[in-house]
Amino acid sequence: MTSFAPSSAISATPAAQRPEPAPLTNIDVERIRNDFPVLHQAVNGHPLVYLDSGATSQNPISVMEAEQEYYEQRNAAVHRGAHTLAVEATEAFEAAREKVAAFVGAETDEIVWTSNATEAINLLAYSFSNASLGLGGPAARRFSLGAGDEIVVTEMEHHANLIPWQQLALRTGATLRFIPVLDDGTLDLLSAADVIGQHTRLLAFTHGSNVTGTINPVAELVALARKVGALVVLDACQTVPHLPVDVKALDVDFAVFSGHKMLGPTGIGVLFGKAELLADMPPFLTGGSMITTVNMQAAEFLAPPQRFEAGTQRISQAIALAAAVDYLSETGMDRVAAWEAQLGQRLVAGVAEIAGVRLLGPGLGVERLGLAAVDVAGVHAHDVGQFLDDAGIAVRVGHHCAQPLHRRLGVTASTRASTYLYNTTDEVDLFLATLAEVAPFFGVKP
Amino acid sequence: MSDLQQLYQTIILEHAKARHGAVELTPLADAVALGDASGLRVAESHQINTTCGDEITLRVSLDTETVTDLVWTGEGCSISQASASILTDTLSGLSVTSARALLDNFREMLRSRGKIEPDEEVLGDAAAFGGVSRYPARVKCAMLPWVAFEAALIEVESH
Repeated sequence: MTSFAPSSAISATPAAQRPEPAPLTNIDVERIRNDFPVLHQAVNGHPLVYLDSGATSQNPISVMEAEQEYYEQRNAAVHRGAHTLAVEATEAFEAAREKVAAFVGAETDEIVWTSNATEAINLLAYSFSNASLGLGGPAARRFSLGAGDEIVVTEMEHHANLIPWQQLALRTGATLRFIPVLDDGTLDLLSAADVIGQHTRLLAFTHGSNVTGTINPVAELVALARKVGALVVLDACQTVPHLPVDVKALDVDFAVFSGHKMLGPTGIGVLFGKAELLADMPPFLTGGSMITTVNMQAAEFLAPPQRFEAGTQRISQAIALAAAVDYLSETGMDRVAAWEAQLGQRLVAGVAEIAGVRLLGPGLGVERLGLAAVDVAGVHAHDVGQFLDDAGIAVRVGHHCAQPLHRRLGVTASTRASTYLYNTTDEVDLFLATLAEVAPFFGVKP
Repeated sequence: MSDLQQLYQTIILEHAKARHGAVELTPLADAVALGDASGLRVAESHQINTTCGDEITLRVSLDTETVTDLVWTGEGCSISQASASILTDTLSGLSVTSARALLDNFREMLRSRGKIEPDEEVLGDAAAFGGVSRYPARVKCAMLPWVAFEAALIEVESH
């Protein structure tokens, strides 16, 4: 069980006493790459250059081993049954929760497992929806919405942090409003102060944009929400994997992120909610494992987080995600963030050198995530992606689940290279060099 | 020729730029009324490739049994744009029966993962999409205008 023991030396030692770890270099990254078998293959006759971690990241061996070890040695249903395997599975499952909680600065009971970040947001939206129907009693009234209430999102949201709120507005009669995006891909904070007003009950926004790489000023937005007593939901899918994130320091009410974007498996996501809020929320999915007493007419529910975890849970995924968190913690999120910031600036600087290629989002010198979405004048993103794939370079093409943002920036689709701790500067340079060949191949003069 | 050159044959890249049949579409009701006056049946179909957001609206005019006119508007990758352009050239003037047969042949070839050599006798310039069939992710791009054509035919015949 030692491999599942919660809290490592990293979190036990106060930051001030730790020696400053040396920044990552390409040599460290080469060592890191050895832990990722999938990276060592040829694609279309070229070494794979994986620049699509913004969509899904790759798994280190330790993550796959944790999952395999679970299935080989302790596979059992959690929170039910008294046999040894069931106890061990439950302990490992809960130790994983503790580890993920510590990773983002939350209390253990403030972490709810979901299938993915999308489900985490839907859990909130349907819980609030149920509260609006009167479920959850007087305590849940703080989550109920109706005509005259406003939900505020931003124009840069991933569809996962937009459509659930559109639907919640439709179900409850609330109005959906949004904070516009400026030409440079950042939020229009002057408008934000107008949009977030006395009717705002809920503010949902992304910590970091999966398209523009913009990192939003959480403190400023939270302050606007607090002024009017609105709840804050943070989409941290693009930040928890890449930056040190402390949900308590950010003072958000809820945050969501997904396992597969942070070296973990697919099929698991995380909802963080402040304990006092989760305690008052009615459940979304109902059924087994989330109740105390049941009769033929009604049921009483467990306290969070179990109240929100109906049915057999994603046990192996949670345990594997904890192994991913270990991997990231051992590497050091400060170092990961600094390395990716360097890759991000290299991407931005390189793109600026290529005639006819437009960067979406903030330019050189502005803090951004380690990704770059670009528009190649006269060449559709799908064709750009095909050309890069032919050279073994995997990027994302399309609207990246952010149609309104693309429309705002005047494009229908873009090509996105997104880095992670296992990408080298050489890979970024190869991407840039290949990107420069795209327009000539398609006969477009920049 | 490299695989990439097979995929992006010169004729495809040329058609992607030339975009035969691409127009600013007039309102459908006007086109239908105009068609009625000259004994033509007019219908259109709007198709979206959800993978990338590419879209096309293709308008078909038929007399008793011939495809008399094909026009479209849309945006997308070079494969989908070239496909719409070549479709316009290839199917215009054909009987509905021949157009359908050609469409079936085109679809079968595209879905063959490179196993079926395109028949240039039947497909004409559309045979250039043979390379696309080796790229399953791009088959949808090439099919988009043809699916629109098929849907527009069904629409026309339902009236």
